[in-house]
Amino acid sequence: MQTTAEIAAQISAEFSLLENWEEKYDYLIEKGQSLPDMPKDLKDDEHLVKGCQSSVWFVTECREGSLYFQADSDSLIVKGLAALLQELLNGQPAEAYQNVDLSLFETLGFWRHLSSQRSNGLTAMVSFLKTAAGDCAAQRGE
Amino acid sequence: MSTPISAARADFPILSTWINDHPLVYLDNAATTQKPQVVIDSLRDYYSFVNSNVHRGGHTLAVRATDMYEAAREKVARFINAAHAHEIIFTRGTTESINLAASSFGEAFVHPGDEIIVSQLEHHSNYVPWFELCQRKGARFRVLPFTPTGELDPEVLQGMFTEKTRLLALNQVSNSLGTVNPLETLIPLAHAAGVPVLVDAAQSVQHLAARDVQTLDADFYAFSGHKMYAPMGIGVLYAKESWLEKLPPFLYGGEMIDQVSSTRVTFAQLPHKFEAGTPNVEGAIGLGAAVDYLNQFDPQELQTYEEDLLAYGISQLRAIPGLTLYGNPKHRSSILPFNVEGIQHYDMGILLDTSGVAVRTGQHCTQPIMDALSISGTVRASLALYNNRDDIDALTRGIRRVIKMLKR
Repeated sequence: MQTTAEIAAQISAEFSLLENWEEKYDYLIEKGQSLPDMPKDLKDDEHLVKGCQSSVWFVTECREGSLYFQADSDSLIVKGLAALLQELLNGQPAEAYQNVDLSLFETLGFWRHLSSQRSNGLTAMVSFLKTAAGDCAAQRGE
Repeated sequence: MSTPISAARADFPILSTWINDHPLVYLDNAATTQKPQVVIDSLRDYYSFVNSNVHRGGHTLAVRATDMYEAAREKVARFINAAHAHEIIFTRGTTESINLAASSFGEAFVHPGDEIIVSQLEHHSNYVPWFELCQRKGARFRVLPFTPTGELDPEVLQGMFTEKTRLLALNQVSNSLGTVNPLETLIPLAHAAGVPVLVDAAQSVQHLAARDVQTLDADFYAFSGHKMYAPMGIGVLYAKESWLEKLPPFLYGGEMIDQVSSTRVTFAQLPHKFEAGTPNVEGAIGLGAAVDYLNQFDPQELQTYEEDLLAYGISQLRAIPGLTLYGNPKHRSSILPFNVEGIQHYDMGILLDTSGVAVRTGQHCTQPIMDALSISGTVRASLALYNNRDDIDALTRGIRRVIKMLKR
C-alpha cells in the first residue's frame, strides 16, 4: 500500500496540470461527484461533522487496525475535499491518520478551507477522522 | 450642490485591485463597506500629527485630539439630527451599542414578569442581548414574527403590547432580507402603548434618507462606523437625553467618573458617563471623516441611486432559471439574498470568488430567519454607493457560470 506522502505527491502532480482557479475547482468538484451518495439513513447526527458551514457526514469502519470511511456533503466543494481526504487516507493504518500532513491542501491552493475559517471545516473533518482512528487503534490494543 | 454618485467609485482605492486575476467586484457591503481615501488619510494624519489621549490633558496635542474627537461627535449628532451632541455615545459598534442599552436599560427598568418584544427579522446582536436580559431578570422574551413577504405587520405588533411591555427592539433594515421596516408607523404605535423603541440602524443609516432620530422619534438608535465607510471598531449609540440621564453606566473606570473616594463615587456628565476608559479616538475621527464624505451627497439622491440599482439587481437575478430571491417586501434596501436550486450557498460563494466577485454566504447571524424559511443559509449580495450596473452584471455572469460548472 502507498504511503500518504506518496499519494499526496500524486494528487499534487494531477492538480499541477490545471491552469487556473476555475479548472482547479472543476477538478475538485469532479472528485466530489465521483464519490457515491451516502444512503439517507446514515446522514444522521451521529455521522455529522460539526463545525462546518455545510453539512458533512462520515461513516467509518475499522478493520484490523486500518480505518475506512465513506463521506458525503451537501456542498460539492466540501465533498471534493472529502474525496481528496479519502484518496489520501482511506484504508491507512490508524496511526497514519494521527500524523497526516495537511500541507497538500495548501499546495493545491485550497488553503481557505483550512482551520482558521471556522465554517469551512477541513480541520473539522480531519479531527472527526482522527477521533475515529484513535478508537480504531485502541480496539486493536484490547 | 451635491456630488454625482457615479463619481464616488474613484474615491475608494481598494476597488481598483484585482482578485484571482479578475477586477474586484465587491458586493459584501452589508458585512463591511470599503473606505474612501479621505477616511484612510484621516487615520494617517491623526497618528502623524495629533495622537494623544483625550480629555483633561493640558498640552497642545491633548487639546487637539480632544477637539477632533468631540468635533466627530458633533458631526455624527448632526448626521442623524440628534438634539444634543452628548446624546451620541461612542462604542465599538452596533453590537456593543445594543449590549450597552440592554444592560443599562435592563438594570433600571426590567423586572420579573416584564416583557421585551423583538422582531423575528433581527440580527443575533439585537436578539441575544435581549434574550439574555430576559433570562437574567425573569422577564418574558417575545418575538414579533415576519410575514411570508418578509415584513412586519403593525396590527400583529399592536396586539402584542401589554402593560408589562418595557421595550421594543427592531431594525430599520434587515441584514438578511433587506426589508425596510416602517418605523414611521411602528414607533408611534409603540409610544402610544407607552413602550420605548430601540432601532438597530446598522444596515440603514448609510443607505436611507430617513435617519433623523427626532423625526423617527427613536428612543435608542444604534449603528456601526465600518458599515458606513468609516474604520472598524467604532460605533454609536444614540439615546434621548432623558433616557441617558436615567440609565446607570455600562462600564466603570477612568473618564466616566466625577468624584471618587472610599465612600462615594459620582459619575461624569453625559456622554462621558457611558465612555469608560480610553476611547477609540482614531476611530471616532475616521467616523467624522466618513460623515463629511457622505455629506457631499444628497441623501435622497443617494437612496434613489441605490434603490434603482437594487431594482436592476432584482430583475437580473429573477431572470436566472432556478434562482430563488428571498423576501418580497414592498420596500427593500441594498440586500439581495438568494439561492440557486441544487447549489449549496457555500459553493456559490467560493466559486463566485474565483471570478473576483465577493459575496457572503451562510446564515448572516439570523438563525431565526433561516429557520422560518426552512433553509440552511443564503448567498447575500449587498450594495453600497460605489456599486453600479457593471457589478450586478458581473454577479449574474458569475452565477450563470457557476450553474454551468455544477450542473453537469
